[in-house]
Amino acid sequence: MSSGNDVDIQNHIKIYMMVFASLAVLTIVTVAASYLELSSGESIFLALVIASVKGSLVACFFMHLISEKAFITWILMLTAGFFFILMFVPLATYIDQAQIG
Amino acid sequence: MEIPYTVDERPDTGVYNAKLGVWLFLASEVMLFGGLFSAYVFLRLGADVGAFHEWGQELNIPLATLNTMILISSSMTMVMSWVSLKMNDFKKYKLYMALTLLCALCFLVIKYLEYSAKIHHHIYPSTNTFYAIYFTLTGLHGLHIIGGMIVLFYLWGPGSNMWNSKPEQFTNRIEIVGLYWHFVDLVWIFLFPILYLL
Amino acid sequence: MNAHSHHEESFFRKYIWSTDHKIIGLQYGITALFFLMVGFFLMMVMRWQLAYPETPIPFVGSFFGEDGILLPEIYNSLGAMHGTIMIFLGVVPLAVGAFGNYLVPLQIGAPDMAFPKLNAASYWSYFVGGVIMMSSFFSEEGAARSGWTSYPPLADIEVGQTIWLIGMVFLITSSLLGSMNIITTIVQLRAPGLTWSRLPFFVWTQLVTSFLLVLAFPPLEAAAVLQLMDRVAGTSFFLPSGLVISGEALAVSGGGSPLLWQHLFWFLAHPEVYVLILPAMGIVSEVIVNNTRKPLWGYNSLVYSVIFLGFMSFVVWAHHMFLTGMGTAMSSFFQITTMIISIPSVIILSALFITLWGASIRFNTPMLFALAFLPMFGIGGLTGLPLGIAASDIYLHDTYYVIGHFHYVVAPGTIFALFAGIYFWYPKITGRKMNERLGQLHFWPSLLFMNGIFMPMFIQGLAGVSRRLWDGGLEYAHAAGVLQWNEFMSVSAWLLGVSQIPFIINVFYSLKGGEKVDNNPWESTTLEWVAPSPPLPHVNFETLPEVHREAYEYSVPGRKRDFTPQTEPKKG
Repeated sequence: MSSGNDVDIQNHIKIYMMVFASLAVLTIVTVAASYLELSSGESIFLALVIASVKGSLVACFFMHLISEKAFITWILMLTAGFFFILMFVPLATYIDQAQIG
Repeated sequence: MEIPYTVDERPDTGVYNAKLGVWLFLASEVMLFGGLFSAYVFLRLGADVGAFHEWGQELNIPLATLNTMILISSSMTMVMSWVSLKMNDFKKYKLYMALTLLCALCFLVIKYLEYSAKIHHHIYPSTNTFYAIYFTLTGLHGLHIIGGMIVLFYLWGPGSNMWNSKPEQFTNRIEIVGLYWHFVDLVWIFLFPILYLL
Repeated sequence: MNAHSHHEESFFRKYIWSTDHKIIGLQYGITALFFLMVGFFLMMVMRWQLAYPETPIPFVGSFFGEDGILLPEIYNSLGAMHGTIMIFLGVVPLAVGAFGNYLVPLQIGAPDMAFPKLNAASYWSYFVGGVIMMSSFFSEEGAARSGWTSYPPLADIEVGQTIWLIGMVFLITSSLLGSMNIITTIVQLRAPGLTWSRLPFFVWTQLVTSFLLVLAFPPLEAAAVLQLMDRVAGTSFFLPSGLVISGEALAVSGGGSPLLWQHLFWFLAHPEVYVLILPAMGIVSEVIVNNTRKPLWGYNSLVYSVIFLGFMSFVVWAHHMFLTGMGTAMSSFFQITTMIISIPSVIILSALFITLWGASIRFNTPMLFALAFLPMFGIGGLTGLPLGIAASDIYLHDTYYVIGHFHYVVAPGTIFALFAGIYFWYPKITGRKMNERLGQLHFWPSLLFMNGIFMPMFIQGLAGVSRRLWDGGLEYAHAAGVLQWNEFMSVSAWLLGVSQIPFIINVFYSLKGGEKVDNNPWESTTLEWVAPSPPLPHVNFETLPEVHREAYEYSVPGRKRDFTPQTEPKKG
């Protein structure tokens, strides 16, 4: 987006407004969802799903990732991969502990 | 010989240097907060079943929800300040940037209220592992807000003179700092439910 | 920036806060070499105690204990700081900060790094971190003494660690800034015509190394913050419940996990060892190619291997944790990934060996060091295999076998490669060659004594001698049969120190007395040799080069010269 023309920019502003509105709504949804009677695992899953949707909106639209060069997106996907490894592998070692005695 | 692609995009990669630089920085930040989130997972597992949930009940959800809204709004005003420059509206840029700073300040004030309430009730990082990770995660996040504010203030104030001499480069700077700011918002989007609601 | 490059810069702007990548590279190099000497010195002191337990240390004994006898706690400090200094203040700043900074812009035909001011900041962050680290020796508490690995709970409660952690924050910041700069520079500032497949292999290794740094260091930074919190804010991130110290229960909340530290630490520290080796492989490749007058064999395999290696390095870390009670499933997972990661290493080493086949080898000093790297790294790599297999690691973990393994890779491995690089690029940096005689005097004894120090470590390790023992195993019956090696290894170490003197003399002497050279004394194909020796301040090249060829067009049949620079246009 080096030199946008006015119509282009007006469209972008519309999108930003919609994203903002969605984020606000989803925040309310997040809080409301926490009052549901769910098991621990289910509530974690739900909270993370909603947060991921919100995060994606911020990343794709506010941070322009949706129109960003593929190359940048690849770096981020690589990072996301390592992030998940860091998240789940130590967890896996905790769960898969040796049974002694 | 100038360093190429400081303002113009390199044709085959499609980005200018600072944009790649900031995304790499944000990637490293993802891993930084990732390390802390990983710690949260480990510590929660290591605690008694339900302990983290119980300890978390002391936290103020309404205040944090308000803070979430404030930060989301600041992201909106941040992107609008960049859009204003794209539309050559320097006055609007100043306005939106000021609003962003205001939101950030409110966020910090509310954070301060939260922290002081905890301390007043003798709840410290040393109290248990939940509060240890709570204070550390939100504290580090808060430091990122402060750091961002310093840069934003500079670009709103003295640094905004660059608009007169090198408007394109200045606009890029706002884009870059905006990316950082959105990231800080993004971290909070995850922090909020994980710490306050789960 | 065009007008500014002709301004007269003050001494401060020219040499202290310089934004010229060459000056910054030299700053990194000089500082790193200094720290390597410090780390080496610490080791020499430790080895006295190991060779002649509880006898006074000559010359410097009074600093290390009463009557000049090394105290056990001080021994532990020396050990922790030796590792820390060598890795974080020595090898990485030299391999990445010095070689990377100096050569990457030149090899890609750029006037400087993408972010020159950030570059200066990353050097000074390293410098400050180094000062902080060293200051710990003089603090009341003394230096850290829980190993460079800083495992809690010991590290949480032991002295000297707080300063270590603060120092690490500065060092990690330096690395992060530097690696972002290198990646952006390589991606964005390649000269016209320099496509990815024409990139010198050295640049590929720097690119992958920087990705490792930028993604793997932050979790350690997080862990360092957590450990700082434990020490300063009374948290229990890593302190389990029920911890008792000297008969007293520790007054903390407990509930923390020592394993959490290990995961976060090794998540970095494993990729870190690839940070230690990849630039070395890059340097060795450049030196070998040039001195065999042949193209690099298997360029594509090398590139794919190094990328694959980089990726795999993120998923092997818990092979350092086989003894922490992981179940068979996760142990198997890490064993498998560790075995897989040996494949690209073997491919890289093989490609380098095959490059030698049928070559007209020039046995100058840089080439000698580069050639020696191959078998030395080979030994290091092969001895890693029993460590990567969980079953055998149960026996070998935390023994001298491990110390032998990793030192082979880093010492006669990486450090030899770095020496090769210094001898090779010295003419580019200074306009003069280093002295060959002194170079040989440096190389041969170094090779001998390196093996003298580290080979017996495998023997001791297999006998079961643990690492980090102040008395070198004296107390243990199972060590009795192999203890005589301690003196042998120590003498080798001190003689290795002496063998560096010709090198030090050479570096200084050649500045004024070395053979003067033009821009391409080694008759090389890559872009740094197009620039004058030394390259022009700030801009490097008289005019920005244009690349027309792949990186290693040596001995192409039918051509007059046995090398064709990358900038030479193709005819017709």
